[in-house]
Amino acid sequence: MAEAIAKHAFTGAGHPPAKATFELMARPTAKTGLISWLTTVDHKKIGMLYGGFAILFFLIGGLEALMIRTQLMVPNNRFIGAQLYNELFTMHGTTMIFLAVMPLNAAFFNLLIPIQVGARDVAFPRLNAFSLWVWVVGAFLLNVGWLSHIVPSWQFGGAPDVGWFGYAPLTSKVFTPDLSTDLWVLGLQILGLSSIVASLNFIVTIINMRAPGLTMMRLPVFCWMALVTSFLLILALPAIAIALVEVMFDRNFGTNFFEVSGGGQPILWQHLFWVFGHPEVYILILPPMGYVSEILPTFARKPLFGYPIIVFSGVAIGFIGFGVWSHHMFTTGMGVVATAAFSIATMAIAVPTGVKIFNWIGTLWGGQIMTRVPMMFALGFIWMFMLGGFSGIMHSAAPADAQQQDSYFVIAHFHYVLIGGATFALLAAIHYWFPKFFGRMVPEFWGKVSFWLIFVGFNCTFFPMHFLGLNGMPRRTWTYDSNMGWNEGNFFATMGAYLLGLGIFTYFAVLVWSFFKGQKCGNDPWDGRTLEWSIPSPPPEHNFAAIPNVHARDAWWYEKTHQDEIAAEKAAHIKAEESHGGIHMPDQSWYPLFAAAGLGLAAFNFAQLHHPVMMMGNQVLSSHLPLALTGGVIMVAALYLWSLEGPGGYHIHLDANGNATESRGDHH
Amino acid sequence: MSSHAATIDHHHDATTSTGIPNKKLLWWAFLASDCMFFGALISTHLVYRLNPPPGNAIPTQVFNIELTSFSTFILLMSSLLMALAVNAIQKGNIRSTRTMLLGTMFFGCIFLGGQVYEFAHFVAVKKMTLSNSIFGSTFYTLTGTHGTHVAIGVLLLGMMYVRTFKPAHGESGLLRNFAHLAAVCTVMAVSFIWLVPSGIEAIYGAPVGELLSHHAVPFGIGAVALAVVFWFARSGGEVEFGEKNAIDVEAIGLYWHFVDIVWIIIFTAVYLLEYL
Repeated sequence: MAEAIAKHAFTGAGHPPAKATFELMARPTAKTGLISWLTTVDHKKIGMLYGGFAILFFLIGGLEALMIRTQLMVPNNRFIGAQLYNELFTMHGTTMIFLAVMPLNAAFFNLLIPIQVGARDVAFPRLNAFSLWVWVVGAFLLNVGWLSHIVPSWQFGGAPDVGWFGYAPLTSKVFTPDLSTDLWVLGLQILGLSSIVASLNFIVTIINMRAPGLTMMRLPVFCWMALVTSFLLILALPAIAIALVEVMFDRNFGTNFFEVSGGGQPILWQHLFWVFGHPEVYILILPPMGYVSEILPTFARKPLFGYPIIVFSGVAIGFIGFGVWSHHMFTTGMGVVATAAFSIATMAIAVPTGVKIFNWIGTLWGGQIMTRVPMMFALGFIWMFMLGGFSGIMHSAAPADAQQQDSYFVIAHFHYVLIGGATFALLAAIHYWFPKFFGRMVPEFWGKVSFWLIFVGFNCTFFPMHFLGLNGMPRRTWTYDSNMGWNEGNFFATMGAYLLGLGIFTYFAVLVWSFFKGQKCGNDPWDGRTLEWSIPSPPPEHNFAAIPNVHARDAWWYEKTHQDEIAAEKAAHIKAEESHGGIHMPDQSWYPLFAAAGLGLAAFNFAQLHHPVMMMGNQVLSSHLPLALTGGVIMVAALYLWSLEGPGGYHIHLDANGNATESRGDHH
Repeated sequence: MSSHAATIDHHHDATTSTGIPNKKLLWWAFLASDCMFFGALISTHLVYRLNPPPGNAIPTQVFNIELTSFSTFILLMSSLLMALAVNAIQKGNIRSTRTMLLGTMFFGCIFLGGQVYEFAHFVAVKKMTLSNSIFGSTFYTLTGTHGTHVAIGVLLLGMMYVRTFKPAHGESGLLRNFAHLAAVCTVMAVSFIWLVPSGIEAIYGAPVGELLSHHAVPFGIGAVALAVVFWFARSGGEVEFGEKNAIDVEAIGLYWHFVDIVWIIIFTAVYLLEYL
């Protein structure tokens, strides 16, 4: 066994180090400083970069929401103009989904999956870095339009303003001739590429890089949910990718996919979009279900209740999630059979979701519940997510949905699922794993203050929206008259939003304080169950001094209760690994960053293909094609050099005190 | 060949949890994803075939079913050569691997050349463009996406072919490698953009001499590039590539076979069904 582990890629000596036959530039080796972050292949650093960018965009999306709520605070308000309002609600949705919740989940996938499966990195470390930088490119393209509000000569036409689901024919060149829509199309396309590449990597990592003894049914639930989410991503994103290609062709190359005058049917966009869009909501919520399934047992002091049922429910949700997309389209006149079928499938998907809720309650039942901050957010998640689920069930009945369609009732529903659900779980997860990755605790008192501010603020904001929606207030409305009966509800919701904003500010301010001043903590501050708590906080570059043998579902719990057995195993693993040359680690690389930069140059110029290139008011080129091609060439060249460079690698040797030394170029 | 060559097990990788090599699993997962890309495109095509607007192009009047059947056959045969390339590298036979890789690439180029001829013919003679009918929009997008997949496959095979020449020892070689790849790419590009379409035109009765003089520049460049490819292919010293790289060839093989299977579906759904 120990021999096999020692040969494992990134767990032992794999390949001989690549010879310097094909080197354009020296491989970076910096461990600290800017270059180490730009060229990193370490899943923990990549996870932190994802997390940092995601929190930045989470706050930007939150500011957008506060501007929306301020505009709606009183009737006939003129706080912002209607055009800016359109840009704000479009970018609020797009930002929160693609640039906040998804990358925050990606951050946790990166931080936790390799450690929870007992590996030293993901299966394809450079590909992982590529996903990150491609994501940055997509985020840039989506937001670059804001700049034209600041510098009017950059004529992007403002930020995208077609709604987060960009329904045809609004995206037609006739109705939105601005570049903002082209940038939106390519920005989403590139974010999709990033997600697919990252998901392929995680699928291989979870299935293929498990430590010895870690059978699939011993995987932490979080890893299971990450696996299901990754499959959803690779199977759902292609639908929107093709839909976006079709819109791009319609806008730039004269095709007629969604152009009624040319025989196209705009309804096709809705189908393709929601074939992606509905699995997407499970992509957003399944990882949070994973965090909660890790946090509840820790603070209930009990193993997770009904582990196999929770796993199978997660898989079932992923599976049925592909068969419910048309419940977003009940009012489009699909016909009785289709409407009935999608209605039933939507009701059916509530069953595995409900099963999970009961399992979480079963986990709490009879436990010794410790109401630490992560647990408060996790309990809030169960309650708030259930409320969102109840209004979701109401939507599944097509006749009721016909009344609720495009009203604030829908806004209330999905904010209960996405804030009360996904965001509460993410805030729980950030608080729970912060000590692991920064080595410092977040103060309980201020964490609880932020929890109560967020909890109360959230409910004050969104609970009144149920009534506003049932009273007929439509979505995406810039303003409203004072005689509609919506004044009190809107004012209350806006006050709630300010409270929620204060809560979120408190939450992150406390995190920043804790990063510098928080009380230092050891390996296992929460008395946890899974492998990440068995290694130092923050984890060393190589994660594990010895690759663990997994004996039970709660692997670290077993280790804590069988210390002699584990110590002997670990000594054997370390010995075997050292005899194979030490701990094998992948080398850093410039090429993922270069390839992503080439892609960014190509996409940014391709979006404005038919426009002349201007510089200082003079026309330099008649179209952006040469610049787009240049970007493409840079990308292909970088990818080719990447493949020539090889995975490389070096070895880490640990002495008796755990101090690491590195060696390069040795043969094993 | 390395001394431990006989111990390589091509069907089980002891270093992974499942025994499946990581690269292979990655490609399988990617192909699952790619299925959905083509699924969305084929669905779009069929939706609009079932609901054609007035004045839509009539497929059977546009298609040249004999030519497409021929290039379909060639594409399927390229899969045979691909399988032989995998088989050769699993036995450590680099010479045969190179031959089969080149054969696969050339058959791929015949297919692509057929598509270049087809597209040019449809636009110039049948007057069906990307934008003048919904059939044109869906047809060119779907078959064009497939053609792009084949072209990427040819590029990947070309990179693999050039990689087989990477010397086992030595400090430099990057420029030589780039020049080699550029020559291979040039030969392939000239084949599918000019040579194969001209050949088809010749078969349909265009005078060969005129075709030669009309495309003299690309043919000349192609001939020079071909000579360069031959020159680089002289047997050199020991190479780094060997039986241990079988998984790399097999991974590209997976992709290549998948693209063929997708073509079988497209050929059936887009072409053959129109003749029922």
